Amino acid sequence: MATANPSNKKRRPVISPVQWLTLLIMAVFVIVPFYTTALGGFKEIGELRVNPFGLPASWDPVRFIEILGGPRYFSSLGNSFLIAAGTVVLSTIVASMTAFALAHIKFFGSKFVLGYLMLGLLFPSATGILPLFIKMRDLGMLDSHWGIIIVQVAFSVSFSVLLFHNFFKELPKELVDAARMDNCGYIRIYWYITLPLSLPIIATVGVFNFVGSWNSFLLPLIVLNSEAKYTWPLGIMQFQGQFGSDWPRILAFLTLSILPAIGFFLLAQRYIISGLTGGAVKG
Amino acid sequence: MASVATGVDLQATRAMRPRRYMDRKSLLPLLLFLPPALILFTLFVVMPMVDAATFSFFDWNGYGPITDFVGLKNYEDVITHRNFGTAIRNSLIVVAVSLAIQLPLAMWCAIALAERSWSINVLRTLFFLPFMLAEVAAGLIWNFVYDGNYGLLPAIGSAIGVEMPFVLGDKFWVIPAIMLVITWKYFGFHMMIFIAGLQSIPGEVIEAARLDGVKKWQIVRHIKIPMIRSAIVISVFFAITGALQLFDLIIPLSNGGPSHSSHTIVTFLYQFGILRMKLGFGGAISVLLFIACVVVALAYRRVLFRVEQN
Repeated sequence: MATANPSNKKRRPVISPVQWLTLLIMAVFVIVPFYTTALGGFKEIGELRVNPFGLPASWDPVRFIEILGGPRYFSSLGNSFLIAAGTVVLSTIVASMTAFALAHIKFFGSKFVLGYLMLGLLFPSATGILPLFIKMRDLGMLDSHWGIIIVQVAFSVSFSVLLFHNFFKELPKELVDAARMDNCGYIRIYWYITLPLSLPIIATVGVFNFVGSWNSFLLPLIVLNSEAKYTWPLGIMQFQGQFGSDWPRILAFLTLSILPAIGFFLLAQRYIISGLTGGAVKG
Repeated sequence: MASVATGVDLQATRAMRPRRYMDRKSLLPLLLFLPPALILFTLFVVMPMVDAATFSFFDWNGYGPITDFVGLKNYEDVITHRNFGTAIRNSLIVVAVSLAIQLPLAMWCAIALAERSWSINVLRTLFFLPFMLAEVAAGLIWNFVYDGNYGLLPAIGSAIGVEMPFVLGDKFWVIPAIMLVITWKYFGFHMMIFIAGLQSIPGEVIEAARLDGVKKWQIVRHIKIPMIRSAIVISVFFAITGALQLFDLIIPLSNGGPSHSSHTIVTFLYQFGILRMKLGFGGAISVLLFIACVVVALAYRRVLFRVEQN
């Protein structure tokens, strides 16, 4: 026991005081903007300047109630949710089918198809946003949620196919071979064997595309015209434009808008991290 | 003889049958599985880039036929535009500060947080949180922090008796202010990549060095950092491409102002190409941005390849 203890200590590197201090400073740096935003919604505007860090003089939730009762908050969050959910469902289906074909069906040109789809990783989708706007206009896709969903699925194809393809390649080949011996077609193999085994990667890709869609700004900004269809980033920008420097009201709106995302993040963070590191390291 | 012949025949049919069977069986799934992704990708990712290249040689406002061929004039207009230089300069500053401050900071935190324990998990989640936040929300939160009348910064200033400038309205301060937000938003992301790299180092390597009496910071410098070089290359790549496409964060913070001093390449494209519907001018910016991204991506592949070979 006496000899085991020191070696145990050695195996566990102590975080030095300087490191702790850095971590502490960084933690304060990260928390303070969130903290002041959350409390700012309760403060009067004059209070913000004189009492930036303290608790509000009164916990009157009047602004929060007003926002929750108003038409804008729930409609913009609902629009964002519909678009994100539509994007997730469609992109999961589209990308997993393609990745399945590329991973399991031998055909002439499969390498070429994969390489072609991976071109999308070379440049950000914002690059061609102006011609994209023209294309969507000519196809009659402007000012519609469907337009955004379809384009976001297209944007997400490269990364989603990459993640699915990497995962499908790792699945035991014998399963697919055995099913083929039993005269099972590829479509049934995809549906009954590959997909049920792929729930972790479906979760990762799904969470990833959901967050991307939920946070997206540039695409809805150029596509949507009517306020009723606005997503929450557009709604919040408009709210800020309307109320100028009525900060307590804007901060309350901000707090209410980011709360669902923070909750979702805390639940889903491991999928996000595995997608980031897995996709980045393998890609 | 006969039996050998039938044996050969059998082998031949056996070899033939599966192949033909496979072809027929795989045609329908291929026709079902491939087109959706290929069509969407071609239509909304590849075609816009081709269109951008086409538009860039014409003068077009988005309506009517495209007839006004102007050669390279749009490129000339972009490059000689007063604010294009600013946009390039700002993007380079973002890259430089990311590499010089943000990544070392992320590495410093990652080294401390690569261990597994409860309190460390909380800090990791906390540092990663800003990355998950929408850029627009992050921009608005910091717009409040910097607000000259009611914000946090002037409140701190008056508490310690220093008159703080309106940072987002000040041509000099606006860039450092944006850099601080970028660091706040993205250092946790780089930290996560580094942590994933650090956790993949086999424990025996570190243990062996420790038993040989190597000091902690020597281990970091000579073992840990060299061993996660590919994670660092990836991180640098994201820092560069992130700077090239920076947009969402700038709009709620400074909207490219004051007097166009905080534009990035994409806000420049938005301000002068999209809002004014100048397809040719915007197309030229898109092509330049595309070339920059492809050059970075190809260089990155080459560097990463070399790193992996070593």
